[in-house]
Amino acid sequence: MSQPQLHLALEIGGATADTEIAAAAEAAGFALVTIADSPLAGDRIEAGVRAAHLARRTRRIGLGPNLHVTTTEPFHLATQLASLDHASLGRGAWVVGAESSPAAFATVGNPPLTGDDLRREIADVIDVTRQLWDSWEDDAIIRDTATGRFLDAGKVHHVNFTGERFSIVGPLITPRPPQGQLVVLGADTLGVTGRLDIALIDAPDPDPLRRRAQQARADGAPLVFADLTGNPAELLGLIDRVGGIVDGVRLRLTDPADFPRLAAALGREPVTGPALRDTLGLPRPANRFAAA
Amino acid sequence: MSYRLHLGVFFTGVGPQTIWTDPAFTSHTHIDRFVDTIRTLERGLFDAFFLGEGLRVRENRGRVHELDVAGRPDAITQLAALAAETTHIGLVATQNTTYNFPADLARRLASLDAISGGRAGWNIVTTDNAWTGENFRYGGWLPHERRYERANAFVETAKTLWGGAPVDRHDDLIDVTAGPTVPARPVLFQAGDSAGGRDLAARHADVVFSANTDYDKALAYAADLRERLAAYGRSADSLRILPGAAVVLGDTPADAAEKARYIQREQVTGPRALAFLEQYWGKDLSGYDPEGPLPDIEPAEGELDPSRGTIAIEHRTGKAERIAGWRKLAAERNLSLRDLVIEVTPQHSTFVGTPSQIADEWQRYVENRAVDGFNILPQLLPGTVEDIVDKLVPELQSRGIYRTEYEGTTLREHLDLPA
Repeated sequence: MSQPQLHLALEIGGATADTEIAAAAEAAGFALVTIADSPLAGDRIEAGVRAAHLARRTRRIGLGPNLHVTTTEPFHLATQLASLDHASLGRGAWVVGAESSPAAFATVGNPPLTGDDLRREIADVIDVTRQLWDSWEDDAIIRDTATGRFLDAGKVHHVNFTGERFSIVGPLITPRPPQGQLVVLGADTLGVTGRLDIALIDAPDPDPLRRRAQQARADGAPLVFADLTGNPAELLGLIDRVGGIVDGVRLRLTDPADFPRLAAALGREPVTGPALRDTLGLPRPANRFAAA
Repeated sequence: MSYRLHLGVFFTGVGPQTIWTDPAFTSHTHIDRFVDTIRTLERGLFDAFFLGEGLRVRENRGRVHELDVAGRPDAITQLAALAAETTHIGLVATQNTTYNFPADLARRLASLDAISGGRAGWNIVTTDNAWTGENFRYGGWLPHERRYERANAFVETAKTLWGGAPVDRHDDLIDVTAGPTVPARPVLFQAGDSAGGRDLAARHADVVFSANTDYDKALAYAADLRERLAAYGRSADSLRILPGAAVVLGDTPADAAEKARYIQREQVTGPRALAFLEQYWGKDLSGYDPEGPLPDIEPAEGELDPSRGTIAIEHRTGKAERIAGWRKLAAERNLSLRDLVIEVTPQHSTFVGTPSQIADEWQRYVENRAVDGFNILPQLLPGTVEDIVDKLVPELQSRGIYRTEYEGTTLREHLDLPA
């Protein structure tokens, strides 16, 4: 086989067996699990809480909770994700959510955003989150007993972000995540592809998939994954058809209980990590605030 | 009946109380250190592990404050990770009601409670601080005098959602339409000592994390709180009182006293003493000798800003009188700048002694129902935590005032709260 092996991601979320499935996905060579969520899914464990718990029940696999920019405080979102990366020793990811129904906005008492306003909000939250992750330089904690300085204030930065609907001074309360920047995934339809590490494309047919993958790469996404849904046999067929077009696939099983059959058919060895960026071949980004 | 003592550790993650200069200190941010700490506490049968909250990195005159430990995780995220590493100990997140969305926070707390099998707690705090608010969508929206109204409305909203009912509430304090969370009942902690804080505690709290640690104050506080409980139709036994406390253990009284002195001198270093005074002077004092006299220059015009996050609102005004008082005290007692700061820095009440001395003292507190236990602020990591678990806990157990095994699995059960 001449093409590099596709990265595998598995979508979970909401099942009582999430912990077992994530562990099985790790054993089956998946690079990450993404954890579906919605501010309207009150009957589920919130995805960020689930991901943090999984961080200590797994060792190699990446963990990507779906957190929504529309119904959270961006500062909390950035802190929660940075903390996930610390707790998992560098396996954190973020699936950008933009739940935009009027009911979702009503949970935070805000009027709905649509169209360009929504796109601008998504872009602003991603931008400020990335800036906040860089607000502490890697070597900000100096512990210099001679001068009594624990921190070097020159390496902990205000971000002074001003977006369309909010502003944030920073810095984050949490030191820089182990990966520098978590791996950010999002649909190519959000209109923010250039801000993503992985563009997710929901188009199983090769022709539209190829077209949209080319567009996503042109827009600046380092990696492109195809979103595929089905039973194990259908997924194996789809994976064969998208090889060479995308860098990876994110799989959704119509029945999560079928996972062992899918895993056996794929026959992969566990990834070696240790960080999710290592698994995906993504470099650890330089800090935008560090002096060159 | 001999009343049981309940213990928690409050892991603040910022501020001068953690002695990072200690040779045994390694990190207060690495997940492995959190895991070590909470496993030690669980071995010591602690009721709960608390994480603090502070949503802006402290500053001194517009620049990030360099001298104290800083950098901490999101509390709920961290506790969800630690839930996977433990089986019994309670997991308490400090979260404020001003800069959170009620449905979002209620859902995250319910999720922590569910994923940990009923071990979640919420330490409810308020803020009016517009400086902290600069990190949030609606910074500074809440007037100081309304912060507890918001807190009460917020807690009512959360309780409704946890109880399985939707909320549809729209007024100037709460604007939410949301469905219920997973079934949950986090233990509610309250720390504020103002009348508003005590009232919130009497209405909603299961536990108060009070500042009234000295014996006489603790007794008076307990009496006041039990009276307030009755006004809301609650029984005197429906609330636990756990004041904050520092603990310094030594093999002999002299050994403990020496260790306490070391801790105090490390907490108020020369640079910290200067930084403390700079908050009040509003000027660069770095040229002054901490071992010399107080600065002879006059402070800047204007009152204090809250940017260190450490100055209570009642201390943000009247600095001229405060400084005059310090000058008088320093002159009367011939104190150096640093000694003066050691003298006037608010100290968490500290129990200093041998394990047996402290166990005797705590027995008196708990048998007279001045407190139901203590929430300990560790100063040496990992020393304070290891000493308490290995040396003090056995003394408490031998006096019959502390559990010898976990009898339940939930935080509510550990605290003997009404079911």
